Amino acid sequence: MSSRRSRSRQSGASRITDDQIIDLVSKLQQLIPELRGRRPDKVSASKVLQETCNYIRSLHREVDGLSDRLSQLLASTDTDSDQAAIIRSLLM
Amino acid sequence: MDSQHLNPSSLKSRFTARFLRALIKINAQKPISSSSPREIFQRYRRIKVAADKSMAYSVRSRRTWSRATLWKLRSQSRRRLASSGRRSSIKTRTTTTTTITTTSTNHRAAIVEKTSHEKENKEDHVGLAVQAEELRELVPGGESMDLCNLLDETAHYIKCLTTQVQVMKKIANLYSLE
Repeated sequence: MSSRRSRSRQSGASRITDDQIIDLVSKLQQLIPELRGRRPDKVSASKVLQETCNYIRSLHREVDGLSDRLSQLLASTDTDSDQAAIIRSLLM
Repeated sequence: MDSQHLNPSSLKSRFTARFLRALIKINAQKPISSSSPREIFQRYRRIKVAADKSMAYSVRSRRTWSRATLWKLRSQSRRRLASSGRRSSIKTRTTTTTTITTTSTNHRAAIVEKTSHEKENKEDHVGLAVQAEELRELVPGGESMDLCNLLDETAHYIKCLTTQVQVMKKIANLYSLE
């Protein structure tokens, strides 16, 4: 019932209800390792968003670090298409 | 986990194939003096761009964030092509696709106080809109999304990022076994 009133607060044309937001936030919560085990009603939406930001940042850092590591590895090893084929077959 | 690899059309397989192909290409461009710091840095940049691009391409244009990433990468490469013609002394420390902007700590402090009353759903809802600003800066294309879409895109973006990290880790481990 309170979800109806939230419509007037939205400046956009979309009718976003509280329930929709709650659903999406709890879906996000399940993706974040920090908050995954906890009950959705025990974790505030604000905390979920905060942890989401932290998690995305740490993932970005991981990508950076792995790119760096790969660039060093490519420099040191004399990889040719043989190895690439092996890797591909292992990963597929 | 391994059953996913048997599905050739899964996101993970598509990304892996694309990324590996890009890596092979990057590796083929290796100059003779392949271990100077500048070379390594340039390779790092190329690998990172290749990784982000491979993931965005694997998602195709089904998602706002992947479209935004591809658009950003294309305009970056266009700019670089244009400037390389001028031969200016631009240090290639250009911003990577995922710049980590400073957080608006003022906002966050205000929200922390506000959401101490966690029972108020409505207050939470309004407070979220402000908190989401930080998230908008992290998710590609986030600036133009409404809150619902932002949350939805974020969930998908996180799933893809974790896949990306997973595959890159595996490849790095395999390479370092040599």
